[in-house]
Amino acid sequence: MNIIEIKNLKKTYNDSEVEVHAVNGVNLSIAEGEFAAIVGPSGSGKTTLLNMLGGLDDPSGGNILIDETELSHLSSSDLINFRMRNIGFVFQSYNLIPVLTAKENVEFIMQLQGKPKKDREERTYQLLEAVGLKGREKSRPGKLSGGQQQRVAVARALASKPKFVLADEPTANLDSKSTENLLDIMEELNKKENITFIFSTHDQRVVNKARRVITLEDGKVISDIRKD
Amino acid sequence: MIVSVAWRNIWRNPLRSGVIITAITLGMFAGVFSAFFMKGWMNQRLEAGVETEVSHITANHPEYRENYEISKYIPNGTQITSEFEQEDIVNGVSPRISIQSMVSSAETGTGVKIMGVYPEKEKTVTNLYTKIAEGAYFEGVKRNPIVIGEKLAKKLKVKLRSKVVITLQDAKGNITGGAFRVCGIFDTSNSMFEEGNVFVRYNDLKNLASLPDGATHEIIVHLENQDDLFVTTDKLADLYQNLEVKNWKQLVPELGLLTEMGDMYTYMLVIIILLSLGFGIVNTMLMVVLERVKEIGMLMAIGMSKIKVFAMLMLETVLLTLTGGTIGVFLGFITASSLKENGINLSRYAQGLEELGYDPVIYPVIESGIVSTIIFLVIFTGILASIYPARKALKYNPAEAIRTE
Repeated sequence: MNIIEIKNLKKTYNDSEVEVHAVNGVNLSIAEGEFAAIVGPSGSGKTTLLNMLGGLDDPSGGNILIDETELSHLSSSDLINFRMRNIGFVFQSYNLIPVLTAKENVEFIMQLQGKPKKDREERTYQLLEAVGLKGREKSRPGKLSGGQQQRVAVARALASKPKFVLADEPTANLDSKSTENLLDIMEELNKKENITFIFSTHDQRVVNKARRVITLEDGKVISDIRKD
Repeated sequence: MIVSVAWRNIWRNPLRSGVIITAITLGMFAGVFSAFFMKGWMNQRLEAGVETEVSHITANHPEYRENYEISKYIPNGTQITSEFEQEDIVNGVSPRISIQSMVSSAETGTGVKIMGVYPEKEKTVTNLYTKIAEGAYFEGVKRNPIVIGEKLAKKLKVKLRSKVVITLQDAKGNITGGAFRVCGIFDTSNSMFEEGNVFVRYNDLKNLASLPDGATHEIIVHLENQDDLFVTTDKLADLYQNLEVKNWKQLVPELGLLTEMGDMYTYMLVIIILLSLGFGIVNTMLMVVLERVKEIGMLMAIGMSKIKVFAMLMLETVLLTLTGGTIGVFLGFITASSLKENGINLSRYAQGLEELGYDPVIYPVIESGIVSTIIFLVIFTGILASIYPARKALKYNPAEAIRTE
C-alpha cells in the first residue's frame, strides 16, 4: 500500500531574478515499509524534495498525498500537527536539545502529543533499547558520541509512531563504524516493525543498504531502482 | 516539560544569564528597598501630621477658619465635646481655645498659635505628650504652665521653667498679656510645628482671653479606626449643621497626598528600572534566539506548534526576569527588615529634613501590597521583553532554520 504519492511536484526559487527549478516535475510512489534512498549530486533537489515531503516547504506546483491526505490542503497549524503525528525526522547534525537527556529528548515529542507519562516512559525505554542506548538514558547530548546522538535522533523520530521517517544525510557527520551501526539499527527497525525510511544521501554505504534507490538530477528523477 | 526546558535553557550560558540576572537583582533590590524606605518615610510624616499635629476630625465655628478671629468660637464647645464623646467609634475628644498671639522671652519674641487645652483630654486626641523631651506635660509648674516646642525654645532662648509672656487680643478686643512658665518642651520631627504652636491649660487661656465658660475654637476628635474618617465626618457634619466639621484629609490635603505621591514615586522608579532592564533582557533573548535558530527550526519541524515555541521563549524570559526579580525583592526585604528597628539616620546628610516636617531617622515599612505589585511588574516586564525575540523566532522557516550553521 502506498503511503506517499507525489504527482508532478515542482519547486522553483527565484534567485537574483533567475528561476531555479530545484524540483521539476517529480512523480513518485512510496509504499509502506520501504527503505529508500534518494541520491544525486549537490543541487539535484534531494533536500528540497525531502523538505516538501515533510511539509517543511511549500511546493510551487504538483501534489503530495500522504496516506490520502493532500498536504497543500492543510492549514499551517494542521500541518504542524500532521507532521508531529505522521512524520519522523532525522537530521544531518542530529539537532537534539542539548539541555535535555537522551530520555527527555525522545520523550519530548510524545509530551507535545499529550501522551500519558506511563506510555511515554515505556516507549522511550523501548526505543532507546532498540537503538542500543540502554543505560545512557540520563546522558545529555554533549556526553554522547556523534553516532550515539544520531541514534537518539532516530529514537526521537520514531517516538510518535510516524507513518514514515525522513532522514536528511543522516550519516554525513558519522565515522564508518557509527554509520554501519546506525544503518543496521534502522534496517532492523524497518524489517521488524515495518517502519518506512526515506533517506537523502551522498553516502554509498546508505545506498548499498537501501532496497530502493531514487536518483535525482536537476530536479528530476532520472532513475528509480528497486533491489528486491 | 516546557517549563523545565525553559529553565535549563537559561543556564546554557551561565555567564550571560548570570550577568542579566545580577542586573535585574540589583535593579529590583534598589526598587524594592526604596519603596519600603519611601513608604516608611511618608508613613512617618503622615503619622506625625495626623497623630501629633491635626488629629482626625476638627469642628469649628463655621467662620473661624476664614480669619482665625478670637470671636468666632463655639459657645457651648465643652458641652458638644461631651456629646461627641458619646459616639461609639470615637477614641477621644478634646476642646481647644486657639488664638494667634505673640510669645516673648527676655531675649526676643515671635508669633505663635496658643492653644488652651484640657491636658487629659488632649492626650486622647494627639500623642504630643509622648514627645516631651524636657520637663513634663503640664506637670511641675502649678501656675500658668506652658508647653512649647524645642525649636521655639531655642529661638526664644528659654529653658525649662523659664518665664515667657503671651500677648494677645482678647475677646473684647483689648490687648492683654500673661506670664507663663515653661513646664515641658516637646520635640517632634516638624520644626515648623515646634516653632509655631504652644499649649497652655484651657482655663488659663480662657481667663486671659476673657472668653465665656465653655467656649472653644476647635473640637478635636480622634477615631478608633481611621477607616471611619469620612463616615464620621459626614455624620457629625449632619448632626451639627451650625459647625464646620472637617477631617484631616480636607484640612491638610497635602498630608493625604504624601502617601499617594510616595507610592507614585515608588512605582515610577520601579517602572523606569524595569524599562531599562527590559532592553537588556530583550538583547539577551535576541542573542538566545539567534544562537538557537537551528534548534527552533528542529522543534517546529518535529511538530512543536508556533504557539508552544513562543510560550517556551516567553517562559524562558519570564523565568530569567523572575529569578533576578525574586532575589532582588528578597534582598530588599531582608535589608528593610534589618533596618526596621533602628532606622536609617539621614540627619548627617539632610539637615533640613526637620525643617520640612520630616523625621531624619527613617524606619522602612514593609508592605506586601508593594511587593506583590512589583512582582507583577517584573512578570509583566518579562512577558513584554519576550514578545519581540519570540516573534522573531516564529518567523523562521523550519526548513531554512535547520540548515543554518
